[in-house]
Amino acid sequence: MRRRTTIATAAMAAAMTLALAACASGGASSDAPATTAAPSPSAAALEGSITVYAAASLTSTFTELATRFEAAHPGVTVELNFAGSSDLVTQITEGAPADVFASADEKNMAKLTDVGLIDAAVPVDFATNVLQIAVPPTNPAGVASFADLAEPDTKVVICAAQVPCGAATVKVEEATGVTLSPVSEESSVTDVLGKVASGEADAGLVYVTDVAAAGDTVRGIAFDESGEAVNVYPIAPVTATKNPDAAQAFIDFVTGGVGQGVLAAAGFGTP
Amino acid sequence: MSSRRSSPYAGVPGWVVAVAIVGASFVVLPLVAMITRVNWGEFIPLITSESSVDALWLSLRTSLAATALCVVLGVPMAIVLARTEFWGQKILRSLVLLPLVLPPVVGGIALLYTFGRRGLLGQSFEAFGVTIAFSTTAVVLAQTFVALPFLVLSLEGALRTVGTRYEAVGATLGARPTTVLRRITLPLVLPALISGAVLSFARALGEFGATLTFAGSLQGVTRTLPLEIYLQRETDPDAAVALSLVLVVVAVIVVAIAHQAGERNGVGFGRRRDS
Repeated sequence: MRRRTTIATAAMAAAMTLALAACASGGASSDAPATTAAPSPSAAALEGSITVYAAASLTSTFTELATRFEAAHPGVTVELNFAGSSDLVTQITEGAPADVFASADEKNMAKLTDVGLIDAAVPVDFATNVLQIAVPPTNPAGVASFADLAEPDTKVVICAAQVPCGAATVKVEEATGVTLSPVSEESSVTDVLGKVASGEADAGLVYVTDVAAAGDTVRGIAFDESGEAVNVYPIAPVTATKNPDAAQAFIDFVTGGVGQGVLAAAGFGTP
Repeated sequence: MSSRRSSPYAGVPGWVVAVAIVGASFVVLPLVAMITRVNWGEFIPLITSESSVDALWLSLRTSLAATALCVVLGVPMAIVLARTEFWGQKILRSLVLLPLVLPPVVGGIALLYTFGRRGLLGQSFEAFGVTIAFSTTAVVLAQTFVALPFLVLSLEGALRTVGTRYEAVGATLGARPTTVLRRITLPLVLPALISGAVLSFARALGEFGATLTFAGSLQGVTRTLPLEIYLQRETDPDAAVALSLVLVVVAVIVVAIAHQAGERNGVGFGRRRDS
């Protein structure tokens, strides 16, 4: 009996701790920007913290950019949250505390501008991305062109049409007249790459930046028709941000020289 | 249900009931919250779309196959674990139950390295012209992998609880081991076998991570209901919510049927609660 009481007490204590922690963090994030915004309107003395919601394909570049931004503005902390663009849209719509949203496509940005969570006039295009064929390092099926993917013996894995990389795949198929019969339509680039890297699939269609990020595990094969589906990445501050100055400074940093350099090094194109 | 509630069940402290209510609402409230988001005007078209029906049908077929596989493999495993003693048994039991605690994605990766094209066994299968990856078989294997421990666990527990007295009597009267198993052991643990099979079916129905990693996702072949829900969420949250509700309803029906079957046989969950 005494043991059960202990467990119940522990459970209640844990619940209360969580509740308190939630209150504490909520208070801190709403207080900090308020105190900084009033006394220092100049951009030179940025302070506080901003939360950047960025598409999963920006993970490595934005992690580096956040570190560099913090070095340039010692008073600002950048929190990063990476996920699929549509996941991020859902989170922001449900009230997640984002200050900046960087989407992997214009469609998901439009979902937020449509409901007024982002001012329709502010999104800036900061990068582009095109598809590339990813094959295992040995290229067992001897894929050399987009048309080769339609060979009946070649096991091709693509993104489902519901996600941005799949929508781009459909566009290329329509433009080239080549119809693929994939063995799997994955819901994320990671799943496509995983199947190619493990050798389960002979080829996959992902973004050129994904191939670059995957290193030696896959080989990239560029194809001319990829220009038929260029994905444009927009970035914008969320209207409800408590720290608009720092949010705008981060966006300027991404669209500026340093940001564009880091993005180009990862394989992104300029819009 | 109401007749049982009137049974003399005195002595439950009030705070236990209070915490139980909190616990129950913790489970029920999210379901209610989901139902409030259902777009009822579009509900029927959403769940009867070709992709939804394909996904539901595939989920039911593969989950049933996985449950059958769990029973065929799990019953002997439970009997060996409960009725024999050998060196390393404890370690073996922990290993067999590992899929319970393993993230399903890890299970999927492990299956890939076993049955995949370049996997431990997959290479030999490939030589015989059998390809498992990206097939419905892969879905069943993934579901069986994560669901098997549920059956083994519940059955082994029941086998230990009923003890070996009746089996010993049967054996002394000249029954062979297989006869004892068929006529005494299995009838005794039938309720546990049914509930274990239902748990396995439910786990197989909800399986997501291992399927995604190991089997892929193609309409009608490997895209089960959870994968379809995950994908629909990208573009059509209404469809995702509608399908989630279908999954919940299917799960409730399955549990109810098993409950009924158990009670009709007089060996159901209700009987066990009284003992």
